[in-house]
Amino acid sequence: MKYIDEFRDGQLARRLAERIASEVQADRSYSFMEFCGGHTHAISRYGIAELLPANVRMVHGPGCPVCVLPIGRIDLAIMLALEQDVIVCTYGDTMRVPASKGLSLIKAKARGGDIRMVYSAADALAIARQNPQRQVVFFAIGFETTTPPTALVIRDAARENLENFSVLCCHVLTPSAITHILESPEVRQFGTVPIDGFIGPAHVSIVIGSAPYEHFADEYRKPVVIAGFEPLDVVQAVLMLVRQVNEGRFEVENEFTRAVTREGNQNAQSLVSEVFELRTSFEWRGLGEVPYSALKIRPAFAAFDAERRFALTYEPVADNKACECGAILRGVKKPTDCKIFGTVCTPENPVGSCMVSSEGACAAHYSYGRFRDIAIVSETASV
Amino acid sequence: MVELLPNEQAVVDLGGIRKAISIALVSGVAVADYVIVHVGHAIGRIDPEEAERTLALFGEMAAMDAQDAAAHDKVTV
Repeated sequence: MKYIDEFRDGQLARRLAERIASEVQADRSYSFMEFCGGHTHAISRYGIAELLPANVRMVHGPGCPVCVLPIGRIDLAIMLALEQDVIVCTYGDTMRVPASKGLSLIKAKARGGDIRMVYSAADALAIARQNPQRQVVFFAIGFETTTPPTALVIRDAARENLENFSVLCCHVLTPSAITHILESPEVRQFGTVPIDGFIGPAHVSIVIGSAPYEHFADEYRKPVVIAGFEPLDVVQAVLMLVRQVNEGRFEVENEFTRAVTREGNQNAQSLVSEVFELRTSFEWRGLGEVPYSALKIRPAFAAFDAERRFALTYEPVADNKACECGAILRGVKKPTDCKIFGTVCTPENPVGSCMVSSEGACAAHYSYGRFRDIAIVSETASV
Repeated sequence: MVELLPNEQAVVDLGGIRKAISIALVSGVAVADYVIVHVGHAIGRIDPEEAERTLALFGEMAAMDAQDAAAHDKVTV
């Protein structure tokens, strides 16, 4: 497919990797965090980690929407379905995230909850139109990419005066999470991870633009390179980061110019600010309470806010004790550092949220990365 | 994008699969544009010139390598 295949050229990827190898300084190490789960997936799937020199390490970040969703939020959605007879609509990845009492949305569905997987927020709105006698709640999760579609359905529901539709809003913000990783006091609990630079998100940046990272790069003196999700994009971004580190620069560079501008998608931004406002604090799985890191529905659209309509109060719930998702989401531990990785916790039966989505660090390593730990037996080598 | 529909909808062709999506979040898109689709909504457009430029940059990097390798060969000879 055009604009995809050209960016997956293995030959070219190897040459770019050679270039990186020739430019890294042997006497230092480089740790770069890819914030976004889309990049985590690409790095595992295309074997990018193996292409890089030994002193360049990629640290997985918390930019996987379902991975950072705290148990207490899923419990609210399950409660709506099982106790309030609400039709709960949500994205597919959210269905299998472990919640309290051994439940998940998909297990709650098996118990009779009317929980429906939708491809788009617009599908949830359509279900509300088709079921005027039932309350329909869209359980909305994700970063700045999924927020504009949610804003759109709230605006449309308001225009139609739809009385049986509301949104349980769990939308979170990328720049505040990156900042939190660098300066949070809780980081001490897990130890700090030295990060020399960030690969900035692809789709999030299409919406918010490259400008929001400028203050961040300046203040924390860390380079940021915004990259597309294809393997050549990622390898090129690593090369650009290595160069910035070698030259002592900390700028925002944009590798993904084919889709990202400095200003971003202003249509989407103005719609989002019309419908949403900042929450003073929001709990992230793995990061804890992060100030001003999430959105809530503005009072003007209060009729479509499920938290108000059903008088919901959020109760934090601790993660499974054996699960290392917290440290993994901060980049302090690797999936293989977790005792239950690949044994008790697998994509078929996830204990922690990082094992749920294909963008999660654990699921990505389980599906692709773990095979690099197995020695390759070569027939020709023995000849 | 292969077809415009009413109510800010359009049909995209994704490697042979056709799907109706929303174009409410992007302004001024036309048939034959390449759009980036996220959860059923076009969130941005591909700039063909910038895509060419990025590909050319990869090519240059590769060419630089070839030159380096040639230079390296001469040194070692």
